[in-house]
Amino acid sequence: MKTRNEKAWLLVLPVLILVAFSAVVPLMTVVNYSVQDTFGNNVFFWAGLEWFDEMLHSERMWNALVRQLAFSGIILAIEVPLGIFVALNMPKKGAWSSLCLVLMALPLLIPWNVVGTIWQIFGRVDIGLLGHTLDAMGIDYNYTQGFYAAWITVIAMDVWHWTSLVALLAYAGLRSIPDAYYQAARIDQASRWSVFRYIELPKMRGVLTIAILLRFMDSFKIYTEPFVLTGGGPGNATTFLSIDLVKMALGQFDLGPAAAFSLMYFLVIMVISYVFYIVMTNLDKQEGGA
Amino acid sequence: MAWMAWTWPTAAFFAVIVVILGVMSWLAIRYPETPRKGILGIETTRGDRLFISLLVAGFVNLAWLGLALGPQWGALGLSLVLTAGIFRTV
Repeated sequence: MKTRNEKAWLLVLPVLILVAFSAVVPLMTVVNYSVQDTFGNNVFFWAGLEWFDEMLHSERMWNALVRQLAFSGIILAIEVPLGIFVALNMPKKGAWSSLCLVLMALPLLIPWNVVGTIWQIFGRVDIGLLGHTLDAMGIDYNYTQGFYAAWITVIAMDVWHWTSLVALLAYAGLRSIPDAYYQAARIDQASRWSVFRYIELPKMRGVLTIAILLRFMDSFKIYTEPFVLTGGGPGNATTFLSIDLVKMALGQFDLGPAAAFSLMYFLVIMVISYVFYIVMTNLDKQEGGA
Repeated sequence: MAWMAWTWPTAAFFAVIVVILGVMSWLAIRYPETPRKGILGIETTRGDRLFISLLVAGFVNLAWLGLALGPQWGALGLSLVLTAGIFRTV
C-alpha cells in the first residue's frame, strides 16, 4: 500500500499564490521603495540606505515611538487590573452570568471606526453627553484642543473598547479552577487576598499572558480609533506610529522614508508576534503534558 | 515590470532569502531533526534559529547604521558571527 501521497502539496498551491499576492509581493515592493527616491511620475532614483539613516535619526519618528509606548503602557496598566477586577466580580453561574458575558462582548463587536465616531460625538461639548456634562460641571474639556483631554479621551476609548477582552479571558481562566482549590483554602481559613494571590492569579497566568500580548500588539499598531477621534492632534499629541506612517506615505507621498519607517515598524511587530507565538505554543505543551 | 521600479539589490536580498529557505527545506527533508532546548529555554528547530538570526540581523544592521559604526559590511559580518552563535547555542 502506498503510504505517501505527494499530491497533497498541490493543494497548498492556491494558498501560496494568495499569500504571494497579498503579502509577499507588497512586502517586496516596500523593501524596494525603501532604497529609492521618487518625485512622482513613477520615476525612481537610487537612494541606498539613506532613508533608513534619516529615519533612525528622525526626531519625529522617535517621538511617535515614545507616544506609542506610553499609550500601550498606560492602556495595559489600566485594562489588565480592571479586567481582572471585573472578571472576579462577575456572576459565577446562572442567567446573570450569560447576560453579563453577552454585555461584555458587545464593545468587542463594534468596528474600530464606529468606536472612534461614538467617542467623537460622546466627547463633544455641544451635543455629546460626556463633553456637555463635563462642561456643565465647569471642567475645561476639549479633546480637539487640550493635550490632556485628547489623551484621556483616547485612553478612555481604548479601555472602553478592550477591557472586556481581558475580562472575558480572565473569566475563562477563573472558571477553569476546580472547586477543590477553594474548599482547601476555606479549610485553611485563607484570606480573600491569599485566595487571589495563590490560587486565582497563578491559574490565570496563561490567559493573562495571552491578554497582555494581544493588547500590546493591537495597541502598538492602533490606527483607526485615534485617527477618527483626534486625527493625531492637537498638534502631534496623539500621533501614534501608524498615524505618522500614513501621514508620511500618503499625505506627503514620501514613499522612501515611509517604506524604511514601516520596515523598522514591521521588525518590531515581528519580534512581538514571535514572542506571542512562542508563549502560545509553550502554553499548549504545558497543558497537553499536565 | 518596469513600472514597479525593481532594483537589483532588492532582487538580490529576496533571492538570498529564497535560497536560504530552499537550503533549509532540503536540509529538513535530507536530515530530519528533533527540536532541542537552548539558552533561551525554548524548544527550537533549525527554522526557529534561522528566524531568530534574521530578526537579530535586522536589528544589528539598523543599530550599526544608526550609530554610524562604519561601512555596512561590518554589520553583515557581525550578523554572520551572531548567526553562527545562535545556531550553536539557542
